Amino acid sequence: MSWKIKALKKSIWVFHINAGACNNCDIEIVNLLTPKFDVERFGIKLVGSPRHADALLVTGVGTRQAARRLQEVYRQTPKPCAVFCMGACACGMGIFEGGYHVAGPVDNIIKEVDPNAIIAYVPGCPPKPQAMISGVVKALAAIDESTP
Amino acid sequence: MIDDVAENLFRILIFPGLFFTLALGLFASWLVRKVSALVQYRVGPPLLQPAWDIVKLMGKEVLIPSEAQKTVFICAPLVGMAGVLLLSTMLWRIAIRPSDVFVGDLIVAVYLMVLPSLALILGGSSSASPHAAVGSSREMKLVLGYELPLVLALIVVIIKSGGVLNLAAISQSAPIASVSGFLAFVAALLCVQAKLGFAPFDIAESETELAGGVIIEYSGVLLAIWKIMQAMMLVALPLFLVMTFLGGFGATAGTWIWGIVKYVILVVLVILIKNTNPRVRIDQAMRFFWVYCTVLMALAILLASVGHRYGLAWL
Repeated sequence: MSWKIKALKKSIWVFHINAGACNNCDIEIVNLLTPKFDVERFGIKLVGSPRHADALLVTGVGTRQAARRLQEVYRQTPKPCAVFCMGACACGMGIFEGGYHVAGPVDNIIKEVDPNAIIAYVPGCPPKPQAMISGVVKALAAIDESTP
Repeated sequence: MIDDVAENLFRILIFPGLFFTLALGLFASWLVRKVSALVQYRVGPPLLQPAWDIVKLMGKEVLIPSEAQKTVFICAPLVGMAGVLLLSTMLWRIAIRPSDVFVGDLIVAVYLMVLPSLALILGGSSSASPHAAVGSSREMKLVLGYELPLVLALIVVIIKSGGVLNLAAISQSAPIASVSGFLAFVAALLCVQAKLGFAPFDIAESETELAGGVIIEYSGVLLAIWKIMQAMMLVALPLFLVMTFLGGFGATAGTWIWGIVKYVILVVLVILIKNTNPRVRIDQAMRFFWVYCTVLMALAILLASVGHRYGLAWL
């Protein structure tokens, strides 16, 4: 494992994007960042600019309006970075599957820009903050295994 | 000759220069996050967290906006860090060997303290981002606001110590033990709060509305240099206050321990002010510094002059 990935895992700055969510996942993400769950213990911090971010927390189904913006934000994020699809919609379109306004699940939209993107999924409607922490921990473990 | 060069390089690069200041700065920024966490009843980051942040940023891609003024964009963080590094090296050198100073080092220190803010303004305005432009203009107004009361507070210190412009001589006495000195200390502490970019004066960087403000477009190693600069400021600026207002470090081991305790208390005081105050608007900050602080400092200078004229040390 290269030192870049090792340091990345020790300090993940997240940027939150709403790609057409109903605001439910967003509230849970804000809940995740409150003192009660204290993710700063793991070096996780919310930042205001994608240029500072190491992980994008994407919520929502990825509407046609949001898709291009999402791709643009992904391009503006310095690599290496990870994408976390938060909630049922972001993972697999949820109840909006086949909707006229849907541009596809978030991972397809990201993979149009970068086929090798690191994408992790946290299902749930909305996922609990505990589930999000668990998802992040499992994703980090997976990066460990997949990188020689 | 070779020995001189080696010694100077050692001073600049290892102690008390780059390496030492960086290590102490990262420790101080850990202290900021840990004490903030304790104030909010949570556990907070581990000790090595600021170091991991820097290492991680070193390994990230550097993105430069296509419309940015590239040279200035890249040079600004380096200039800022160099200024703070020089200030920190100079102050530690004076604290360790008070005989090894030059007259007027106080003025040099005041100049060097402005350098990081100037670098932030340059970096922000060269990055071709509307957020950074607003951040730069706020930083500029903030600098105009706090420089005046800070210089007036230092004039009180100079009057108190009998008109010398020499940090080693100034740090022999502790002006905080007098009325005017205490007023000047309070104003200077708030100016340092603004210089550090901490709440209630984190207007230029305000995460919530400007999303990082002046440093919004920076990424990778350039952002790491900004973070290192901010960490080093946590070393240099409280140290400057300790030397000017709180009587410095003295010469014996006992006074050195007391000096370090004074530094830590000052840093914790800054953190507590940061954690218990909401951000003010830029016009409120300007009014605060220009109207209240400046008038207070004019009063303090008057008191200090009267005290000096009639030999009343407590005034």
